[in-house]
Amino acid sequence: MIRVLIIDDELLARNIVREYLSDYRQVVIVQECSDGFDGVKAIMQHRPDLIFLDVQMPRINGFEMLELVESPPAVIFTTAFDEYAIKAFEAHAVDYLLKPFSKHRFDKALQKWLERRETEAPQTNLPAEATAQMQLNTHRVVVKTGGKIKIIPFTDIYYIEAADDYVKIHCDDGVYLKNKTMAYFEQMLDGSLFTRSHRSYIVNVQEITRLEPYEKESYLALLKSGDKVPVSKTGYSRLKQVLGL
Amino acid sequence: MGTYLHKLLYLGFWFLWSAIHAFVLSEWGYPAKEAWTDSLVSNIWLAIVCTLVIYCLRYYLPRKDRLTYLLLLSAGCVVVWSLAARYTIPLFGNETLTGNFSDTLYLRTAIAWLMIICVIMMNVLWYSQEEQQEQERRNNEAERIAKDAELFKLRQQLHPHFLFNSLNSISALVISDPAAARTMVHQLSDYLRNTLKKEEHKWVTLSEELEYLQLYLEIEKVRFGQRLTVVIDNAEDNATMKLPALLLQPVVENAIKFGLYDTTGDVSIRILAAVSDNMLTITVQNPFDPELSKPGGGTGFGLSSVQRRLHLLFGRSDLLVAKGNGNLFTTTIKVPQL
Repeated sequence: MIRVLIIDDELLARNIVREYLSDYRQVVIVQECSDGFDGVKAIMQHRPDLIFLDVQMPRINGFEMLELVESPPAVIFTTAFDEYAIKAFEAHAVDYLLKPFSKHRFDKALQKWLERRETEAPQTNLPAEATAQMQLNTHRVVVKTGGKIKIIPFTDIYYIEAADDYVKIHCDDGVYLKNKTMAYFEQMLDGSLFTRSHRSYIVNVQEITRLEPYEKESYLALLKSGDKVPVSKTGYSRLKQVLGL
Repeated sequence: MGTYLHKLLYLGFWFLWSAIHAFVLSEWGYPAKEAWTDSLVSNIWLAIVCTLVIYCLRYYLPRKDRLTYLLLLSAGCVVVWSLAARYTIPLFGNETLTGNFSDTLYLRTAIAWLMIICVIMMNVLWYSQEEQQEQERRNNEAERIAKDAELFKLRQQLHPHFLFNSLNSISALVISDPAAARTMVHQLSDYLRNTLKKEEHKWVTLSEELEYLQLYLEIEKVRFGQRLTVVIDNAEDNATMKLPALLLQPVVENAIKFGLYDTTGDVSIRILAAVSDNMLTITVQNPFDPELSKPGGGTGFGLSSVQRRLHLLFGRSDLLVAKGNGNLFTTTIKVPQL
């Protein structure tokens, strides 16, 4: 038995997937969701084998939703995005279906997953660079805190701190954990607004009020919030460049 | 002077010219030493003057009165040359040579002038050709950029995302509700035909524009089902009011984008039109999620192009007002009736 979840904000789009799936006796549709928030909950609850996922959805998009799920199931994207955008994650999802897609194309995607499932362990975690590329035009990060989903615009971030496999995002209403690397954020954030001040810190340049010497060849950046962020020697020269000193 | 090769050729030319000069004089009976002295003095000066002229033209090539300028330049140069040569010859040659030089100065001056004019002409030709090539290159570049922009605009006008999602809805309806599928095909065709027909610089009547928007909204209604309600409030006698084509569309698209694509739950979009004092006022209202998009920032709501267009058309920047209140976003456009 194959447990499938369909996530798309348009009923008719979900209907097509359901219709195409009706030929497969071994498939059970565990739930249909109309947005990413429901999607996250449904994935936790049902632990499906495969999800059909739309990219453009209200509040959080398909990629942001996947980021919130630990060890997400196999994904087949269904989207009206053009092919160029899709290339970025082509290699990392099972497949992608460009709307409107034919039954034939749909069968091919499903077949691909069925074959792959037999030969290798499931792994669909999108590598950082693929999501980063897809989200170049987004200006926010989505985190999960407790049972809630929080959307943080980049401009609200004070600074980001490395913490083992996670990063801590410090912003006006608290600290949020996100399982992404510092390199990922360095790539995502606008270089004129954010600077890697230290191996373990990325700071919002607009929040800095003062730089003061700390130890030999290192500094502390004082933020408007009162926080102090370490600045290394190389970080200091980067900051000077961005601030135009 | 361009490359190393050019410089070498230029030097070679002057050497050849000096040799010819010396050869002619020796044929006339000048001893070899004197022939070469005469030739070198005249031609070194001539080469210096010509080189100066070339550098002059390189930095300053007049557009108007070009001919007068060039004649004056060559005349000035030839005077300088004849004086310089006339007073340098005694330093290197004997009295006979100096005397002969002075006696034939008019002929030499004429030849020098011709030479200078030749050099000037060649340079002017060379530089104008270069300029022309540069101009052509720039024209091509400008044309290419304009073409790219136009293509981009065309692509945007077709709203590929909207188009493909609509086609996907039709694909679903074909099985579940064929009659609805057919209706949607017709709506989509009408919408596309209108999009292709629209020209930005034209004015259309309010009823035409609203009809077009209604088509767009009807298609969205099929896609999003019960979620979307549209209220269009327009008095019958406003129908003949005019507004620039495609002015309202980005506003309504914006309302759909933030009101429908980016929210969950039921959505009502209202379009109100009213006229007072020869001013058509259109108000578009949509809900939005204050957590996701901050109104007032302007950039997030993509209305700057509408603002710019209104400013270009009427020279006023107060015709578009957009503000968010709670979770309701209101855009008001005023169009003066000409």
